[in-house]
Amino acid sequence: MGTRRKQPAALRVVGKAIRKVDATAKVTGVTRFADDLFLPRMLYAKLLRSPHPHARITGIDISQARALPGVKAVLTGRDLPIPFGILPVSQDEHALALDKVRFVGDPVAGVAAASEEIATAALDLIEVRYESLRPITDAEDAIAHPEPRIHDYGDGGNLHKLVNLEFGDVAEGFAAADLVREDLLFFEGSTHLPMEQHAAVADWSPLPDGKLTLWSSTQTPHYVHRALAKVLELAPAKIRVVATPNGGGFGGKSDPFSHEIVVAKLAMLTGRPVKITLTREEVFYCHRGRHPTLMWVKTGVKKDGAITAMHFKSLLDGGGYGSYGVASTYYTGALQTVTYHVPRYKFQGARAFTNKPPCGPKRGHGTPQPRFALEVQLDKIAEQLGMDPAELRLKHLVPANSLTANWLKIGSMGLGECIRKVVDGSGWKEKFRKLPPGQGIGLACSSYITGAGLPIYWNPLPHSGVQLKCDRGGGVTVFCGSTEIGQGSDSILAVLAAEVLGLDPFDIAVVTGDTDLTPVDLGSYSSRVTLMTGNACIQAAERARDVIASHAARKLDLPVERLAFADRRVFDVADPAHGLAFAEAVQLAEAAEGTIGTVGSYTPAPSPGKYRGAGVGPSPAYSYSACVARVDVDPASGIVRVPRVWIAHDVGRSINAATVMGQIEGSVYMGLGEALMEEMAYRGNRNVVHKIPSLLEYKSPTTLEMCDIVTYVVEDPDPNGPFGAKECGQGPLLPLPPAVANAVYDAVGVRIDEVPITPEKVFKALRRKEKGEEPRFGPTQFPDIAWPEPTRVAPPWEGGDGRAVEAGQGRSMADEPARARRR
Amino acid sequence: MVTLSINGTSHTVDVPGDMPLLWVLRDVIGLTGTKFGCGMALCGACTVQLDGRPIRSCVTPVAAVSGKRITTIEGIGATPSGKKVQQAWLDLDVVQCGYCQSGQIMAAAALLASRPHPTDTDIDAAMAGNICRCGTYVRIRAAIKRAGG
Repeated sequence: MGTRRKQPAALRVVGKAIRKVDATAKVTGVTRFADDLFLPRMLYAKLLRSPHPHARITGIDISQARALPGVKAVLTGRDLPIPFGILPVSQDEHALALDKVRFVGDPVAGVAAASEEIATAALDLIEVRYESLRPITDAEDAIAHPEPRIHDYGDGGNLHKLVNLEFGDVAEGFAAADLVREDLLFFEGSTHLPMEQHAAVADWSPLPDGKLTLWSSTQTPHYVHRALAKVLELAPAKIRVVATPNGGGFGGKSDPFSHEIVVAKLAMLTGRPVKITLTREEVFYCHRGRHPTLMWVKTGVKKDGAITAMHFKSLLDGGGYGSYGVASTYYTGALQTVTYHVPRYKFQGARAFTNKPPCGPKRGHGTPQPRFALEVQLDKIAEQLGMDPAELRLKHLVPANSLTANWLKIGSMGLGECIRKVVDGSGWKEKFRKLPPGQGIGLACSSYITGAGLPIYWNPLPHSGVQLKCDRGGGVTVFCGSTEIGQGSDSILAVLAAEVLGLDPFDIAVVTGDTDLTPVDLGSYSSRVTLMTGNACIQAAERARDVIASHAARKLDLPVERLAFADRRVFDVADPAHGLAFAEAVQLAEAAEGTIGTVGSYTPAPSPGKYRGAGVGPSPAYSYSACVARVDVDPASGIVRVPRVWIAHDVGRSINAATVMGQIEGSVYMGLGEALMEEMAYRGNRNVVHKIPSLLEYKSPTTLEMCDIVTYVVEDPDPNGPFGAKECGQGPLLPLPPAVANAVYDAVGVRIDEVPITPEKVFKALRRKEKGEEPRFGPTQFPDIAWPEPTRVAPPWEGGDGRAVEAGQGRSMADEPARARRR
Repeated sequence: MVTLSINGTSHTVDVPGDMPLLWVLRDVIGLTGTKFGCGMALCGACTVQLDGRPIRSCVTPVAAVSGKRITTIEGIGATPSGKKVQQAWLDLDVVQCGYCQSGQIMAAAALLASRPHPTDTDIDAAMAGNICRCGTYVRIRAAIKRAGG
């Protein structure tokens, strides 16, 4: 789509800073989040969670709990035996543990009672007998101990997934290099910590209707809909999922969750509405956050910095369940090639099961870790070559409209402009290696997908749909399955419909995230929503405009091509006074044709990679970011402060300037937290208990730690984006950790090859430097892993066709789409 | 029975005296604009004003606030500083997910009522206990300054 679209001479709404459509409700406290819903006769649910990291359940006695006055129902794993999971290849979760618990916090039983107090008291009356198993504490432990297995599937022992991909002969590439560097880096796990705890309310219409409604703070109502249908064995038509506005998501509400299925089942059993609101502690157990990732990267370069080959290895600590982990594993190897030209590339990734809360997608999904490794290593390479790190990057940018070694299709590419903006704005050339001791400046770049090119479960259907209804009063309603998580997705729909139809965004009613009322949108993940719902919305609005225009043209006695839609009017572009009110034009169309409603949908074009594993990485468009961070390092304490960050982001086209700025700032904020302080830490004993499940001890930046931000919005429109737009909600996070690490080196001459860059690590590295040891803090070895034979794919410039040269590894998330495309 | 003055209206509620004010506001009276973020006074999402001062309603027993003037996000727009803050929040498009913003606005309005032209140090002192995971801090600071003229 899009080829037929006429670009308006001047955009009237797109690109302006417009108040978000939900802003007034949010500053006056009237937005209804899931926990704000109260239904008559509502019950309250609580979950009993495992106190053991790894144990067999040998018995559960719920009789005393069931007998407690006020308790209406008690559930255990036997009541919900069908497994589920977000990925078709990892259907490894149960709403309540069936026979085994896999982390401290794994749900074991659920209670519905007249009050939260009674439900909580009932949990204490449930007797669970456990037989402890040896816990697997981290990824290295998982490799060293294939037994006891946490799951009975995967790529052997406690390894969930092994990936081995090679694009061209890297050995030859390294042989041709003037300099080859090997580095080891570690990126600690962190969690989303949304201010709103997960919450859900279920309601059940009794048989024979038998209809379930679930309101939930979820980023993915469509996938929750599917999981409920599967586990509860209900027809999808008998389930309605309503995504309430999310009080923060960041990826943490993208899985179908135990608590959603449990309240649904409890509502079905009791015939009454049931609510659950997790405690803050429980949110830490839901997790699905950043995978702790150990990385080894070997890069060969010529004297001018041109990369000849790259070999990247990652080892992910996955936690107790699959979640998005297979995709996360691929993502740690997918996007290394989309910023600077990498002619030959090898990626080996491993994900381990461990007895901790499951990891999954957090803002940047699997890519901040490798980006940290790559950008820190490039800083080291630039120094060894005696080059300015900005110049090195600028000389070897991936060209626009090109293919990468791993067959990703690059469209618009504004990274060069981003680098120039932050270099000029920060006074880089006057500061780099020239600031007084203790002060430093660092640069890093990145790229991110604007939506995953493939759906999570294989299907040939649109990724996003919009229905649009024109009211005879002049209002327009846009129905779309997308979910507002604070990123401004509702406003995007209003702005785009208003632009096409010549209305004000506040003339547009937006109905979203409701599986009964709205066509499917796959969800608020992978930075897909603006591009995909935006294209669907534009298509629906253009179709409505065409219908209305045909009748307005007849009335005005003009050819359709002469009509313009603006200022709530339809008029002659040559004589603007000659026209109709939009409402009148709608009435003409409705009188002639009946109710005016149109649809639009969006499906990404097939990606050129056809090998197993090619399903992760393709995207309709890639955003680009460059960042310069200024740091002050106190050598006495190791404390790092970041007074200012300059960030430039290529968003393709800004749809709402206010939202774009907010998303970039929010990404900088979250990246800063990961760079300096955030960590999902566990007690260092065999209990694997979360060390810090509270908002006090899980350190996140407050206004005191927040840096000043100088933001540059670069607009390099992409032909696949709505009016050229690309993402801005995740990409700008990526360059923060490496920019800060590189700045710390500039300030005090020590390499912290591990985030978060805590005072302790800086202090230790400074002590080593004083003693004449390697001035570095970071990992020292990458464990041996029995990799499968690599899948070999020739890069485009070596005569490849996007297919594997020879068969390699086993099944992957991307198998099905690849097979289907070959049919 | 406890009698509470909330946003200028008197409410008599039959709740235990140790019930946190947050629960009374949300579950008993139905004023859901004030949010539950942690239940331990660690995040600021539940901030309301007590006689104009910001307090954490999640750890404030309802018996302790009987007879005092309670203002919530639903009523703050009727105060001069609250109205200015809400308008500045809209003008600068502060809000993203919005969940912490009730508390942020209550803290900011209390600050402006006591210091009409707050400095950065004033803002640091008043706002450091209100966490925002969308990272709107830069905009909050700017909006407070804008509301302070």
